[in-house]
Order: sequence, then structure tokens, then C-alpha cells
Amino acid sequence: MSAWEVFVQQLIIGLSNGMIIALIALGYTMVYGIIELINFAHGDLFTLGCFCALTLVGALGLEHAASVIGLLAVVPLFCGGLNWLVERLAYRHLRDATKLAPLVSAIGVSFVFMNIALLWGGVPMEVFGMGKAAAAPKDFPVLVSNDNLLGESPVQFTAKDAMVAGVTLPLMIALTWFVKRTRTGKAMRAVAQDRVAAQLMGVNVDRVIGQTFLVGGALAGVASVVFAVYNNSIYFQMGYRAGMDAFTAAVLGGIGNLPGAVLGGLCIGLARAMSDQYLATRWTNVMVFAILILVLVFRPSGLLGGKLREKV
Amino acid sequence: MKARWQFHWLFLVIVAVVPLAELVLPQGWRIAALLRPIFIMAMLGLGLNILTGFTGILNLGVAAFMAVGAYSYAILTCDIYPFQLGFWSATGLTILVGLTVGLLLGLPTIRLRGDYLAIVTLGFGEIVQDVLKNIDTITKGTQGINPLPAPTFFGYAFRSEVYWPWYYLFLGCLALVVLLNRNLRRSRLGRAWISIREDELAAACMGVNTMQRKLVAFALGAAQCSLAGALWASFLGSTGEPGNYDFQVSIMALCIVIVGGMGNVAGVLLGALVVAGFNSIVLEDLTSFLKAHELISSSNVLTVPGNWKYMLFGLALILMMRFKPEGLLPSRQLKAELHPHEPRNPPSL
Repeated sequence: MSAWEVFVQQLIIGLSNGMIIALIALGYTMVYGIIELINFAHGDLFTLGCFCALTLVGALGLEHAASVIGLLAVVPLFCGGLNWLVERLAYRHLRDATKLAPLVSAIGVSFVFMNIALLWGGVPMEVFGMGKAAAAPKDFPVLVSNDNLLGESPVQFTAKDAMVAGVTLPLMIALTWFVKRTRTGKAMRAVAQDRVAAQLMGVNVDRVIGQTFLVGGALAGVASVVFAVYNNSIYFQMGYRAGMDAFTAAVLGGIGNLPGAVLGGLCIGLARAMSDQYLATRWTNVMVFAILILVLVFRPSGLLGGKLREKV
Repeated sequence: MKARWQFHWLFLVIVAVVPLAELVLPQGWRIAALLRPIFIMAMLGLGLNILTGFTGILNLGVAAFMAVGAYSYAILTCDIYPFQLGFWSATGLTILVGLTVGLLLGLPTIRLRGDYLAIVTLGFGEIVQDVLKNIDTITKGTQGINPLPAPTFFGYAFRSEVYWPWYYLFLGCLALVVLLNRNLRRSRLGRAWISIREDELAAACMGVNTMQRKLVAFALGAAQCSLAGALWASFLGSTGEPGNYDFQVSIMALCIVIVGGMGNVAGVLLGALVVAGFNSIVLEDLTSFLKAHELISSSNVLTVPGNWKYMLFGLALILMMRFKPEGLLPSRQLKAELHPHEPRNPPSL
């Protein structure tokens, strides 16, 4: 492979992973936009989505590529419902508490989710590797093939890469339409701008916040299906890393800003891929955290935060 | 009120006589040996308490300060480096290093809003781990730096198999830290911290230099955490691998502060006893008990108590925030603030 081809290859890998990060980042940014909570449990919700997908694959014996569509229908419902439930049980009661109380509570939820994923890994099923330790990484069966769509070219653009783009891009367009055009989306933007004013105008604030958690969780569910099918390996602690990448992406793009989250996700995905190739894999995480800290310190409003005022 | 602030002295006196009690107790009681990690965690908790409890800054990376302490102690004492200092001077220098690192982290970040600052400290914690892992020519990577020479006290050399000198060393340091924190809390500086926690804008209007006071909190908190790290490394004779100072340790410290009672020194001690005690005594004893009665099967993950640890920490955080955010042994101010609608003296029926 020539140097140029290596670069293009890393570009493809970076963009595919970046789109997955962007999906998770959208969930962060929507929740932050509406109640200013860093939903720390979001990454671990994503992990649970992956375990849910693997369970479905194992229980139903899914093998065909089309079964991804089935997974995309079920797993987001699971994740969205769970996120909604957690908001209802934990965060809703802390709305008038001190600012750090919901964040601490979200860290608690994150640990609970991570522990559930650990225990889930011990489920006696074929796909979870019977007899292997519960904490071991699990193989996710190959549903979408690794065949190169570019034929004999040394640059790999596989059916998986196409799948990632085919799922995430329409979803992002649909989300933009949902937030801009629908009644619920309008209510979300209203609550994000001024909760009290929205309430005075007859918006049911609690319900709208619940819906935001539902949509954000569903996006994490889509991300987990796409991630598991793309990377073919899941692990109970992966949500921490994925969550930090996604949070960095959300902050980089300007937290509370939907196009910003997508842009940030792509930037982080590319930065990771380039760092893996040209720097060293072991410094990649340091680099992502360094980006996070530098952005927070020098430009807390992010890349797009200054220009676009509107949140969610 | 008097009875309440005496709790921490009561605690220290009781644990001071525990090794004596073991002389008369039957063999196999190992309370003193088990209390040592609790002292270290209490010190870490008290360091975090200066930040989160007194000043209201959420720090999610105190394990990194602990790592800084452990590694600088190791580099100052281990015979593969040129310094080769003794225990006391190395510990003193380590505290200064912790102070400096706290200042350096605080300087650029202290102006950030609460939740952003929390994330920055979390990122710092991760970066420190990865850097310690990656610059293996200095830090020996995942092996950790070892062996470290044992401390000496007026010619007496500590040995790992004799537990009580360590016990009193840790207890003495903890008592000093408790004294320091209690006095800090009541000093001009401590009152400034509390006022920042209650209302930063109001504090600034009253003439408190909020940025400077927060920086001092950062430095002092980091110094205490690094002391905890240095003591622990000296006891283990090794820094251990960088992964030992991970996010979970920071969260355990946070659990200690929140369960015990933010902003109250006695509360943090109680929190350390409950949380770290649960972690190092109850979980282990339960595991060995279940093993002895053949209730643990390796094929069923649900039966291993250690697999429930994070669930319990997580639930503790969620439930405390929901029902008792001021902690088990709260400071009066925080309790009054968090329960504003309750009358101070409930009317008798």
C-alpha cells in the first residue's frame, strides 16, 4: 500500500467510527441541551444496547445481513425505554437540587449499568462464550460481510462501512427534521431555551424531558447495533471509553448543538484513526483527553457553539 | 453539637487501641491489618473533601493525585534512581510535588463551570494513567516501580510482616490530616471555601478572592491525596501498575465523601469506614464465607459477591443523592441548605 492509500484507508476507518461516535454524542448533546446534565451513564447505556443486541442474535439465531434491520428496530426501543426509566426514577427528583447532584447520580447509574453488563456477560448462552469469564470480551457474530466493495483495490471499503453510513446519515437527517419540524421537537427547543417560559406556554416540561431521554437513548441503541456489527467485539467496560469519546465530540462541536455533535464525532473519529496510524495506538486516548481539556479550557463553547445560539 | 464534632477524635482513639484489643482476642482476628487500607482511603477522602465538601468543586480524578504521590515517592526512594532519599524526606517532598501538581492543574482550569471542571479532572486522571503506562523508561510501565525501601523510624526498620508499626504510622498521619482539616475548616480560608460552595457570586461580592481560594483548595487537596499515595506505595513496597489508580478509585473516594457527609471531617471518616470497610472487609469475608459453604459456583457469576461491587457503589450514589444528599453525618450548614423546607426545631405534637 502506498502512503496515499494508507491515508485514504485511515480516512474511511476514521469516518465510520466517527459516525458511530456522533450517534452517541447526539444523545449527550440533546440531554445536555435540555437539562444541562452531563449524562454520564450514556456510554454504559450504549454498552447495554450491545449486550441486548448480542442476546437477540444468540436467542433468535440471526445470521443474515438483513437481521440488522430487525436489531435496529428492537435495541433502540430497549435503550430509549431504559434511559426514559432512569430519568423518571433518578434524575427527575433532582431537578431542583444543587447542580452537581444529578451528575453524581448519573455516575452512580453508570456504575450500575456497567455492573449489569458484567453480570449479563455471564448469561449461559452460546454467543456469550459458555464457560469463559463473564468479564471477558465477547465476539459479536459477523452479520455484514467484510467484502471489499472496491474490488481488487488495496483500500478497503467494506459492506460494513457502507452499512454505517447507510444507517447513520438518514437517521441524522430524520433527527434534524424531528427537532426542527415536529411539535415535540419544537417543545424540546422551547424547554431548552427557557424551561419556565415553556411551561407558561403550556408545554408539559416533564414529558418533554422524558421524550428527550427516550430519543437520546434510542440513538445510543442505534449506535450500539452499528458498533457491534461494525467491530464484532463487545466488552462490559467499553461504554466508559466510548462515552468519553462521544462527550469529547459533543464538547468539541459545541455542547447542546446537534450539527456540532456530528461534526465533533467525525473529528474525533478521524483524530483517533490518524493517531493510531501516524502517532502510536497507546497515545490515542491521551490525545482525545488532551483535546477535551484544551477545548474546555480555551473554547468551552466548542467549534459551532458561538455561531448557533439555539440548543437541541 | 458538642457530641457531634467529637466523633473524629472518638474514632481515632478507638482505632488507636484496636491492636491492643487484638492481644486479648482469639487468634485469627485481623481487624488492624484490615484497617490500614481504610486509613489510606480516609486520607484520600479527606483530600477530596477539601475540594468537593468544603469548596463545592467536583473532582473525578483524585486517584491521579494519589498516583502522582506514589510515583514521586517511588522515584525519590528507589535505588534505581539517583535520589535515594529516606522515607521522611521523600514523603515531605512528595507532598510538595502533590501541591505543585494540584496548582498546575488548577491554574488553567479553575475558571471553568462546575460540571466542565469535573470532566477535566476526569480527563486528567485518565491522562496520568496512560502517561505513566507509556513512558516506561522512567516508570517501568505496567510493572510499576519496585522494590521500595522500607521506612525507618529512629533506626527501627519497618518490615512488611509486622503490622503494628505501619498501623500507627498510618494512624498518626491520618490524625495529623484530620487535625489539619478541622482547623482549616474553622480558619479564614475554610470559611472562604464554604462561602464559595454556598454561593460563589455572593462570596466574591463579600471580598473573597474566589479564584485564589479555589486554587489553594486544589493544591491542598492534591497534597493530601499524594500523601495517601506515598504511604500506600511505601507499605506495598511498590507503586503497583498505573491501572491501580483508575477511575474506580476516584469514584470510591467520591462515595466516601458523599455517603459520609460532604464538608464534615467526621463524616468522611465514617464514610471511609463504611465504604472502604465494605469493600475490603465485608466483600472479602462474604466471599470466603460463601466459598467455605460451597455457595459460589464458578459458572454462575451472580453468586460471586465481588461481581456486585460496582452495582452497590452506584446504587449508594444514586440513593444518597435522591434521599439523603447531605450524607450520614452531615455538616449542619449543608443539612440546612439541602432541606430548606424543614423547620429547624420540629414542633412537638
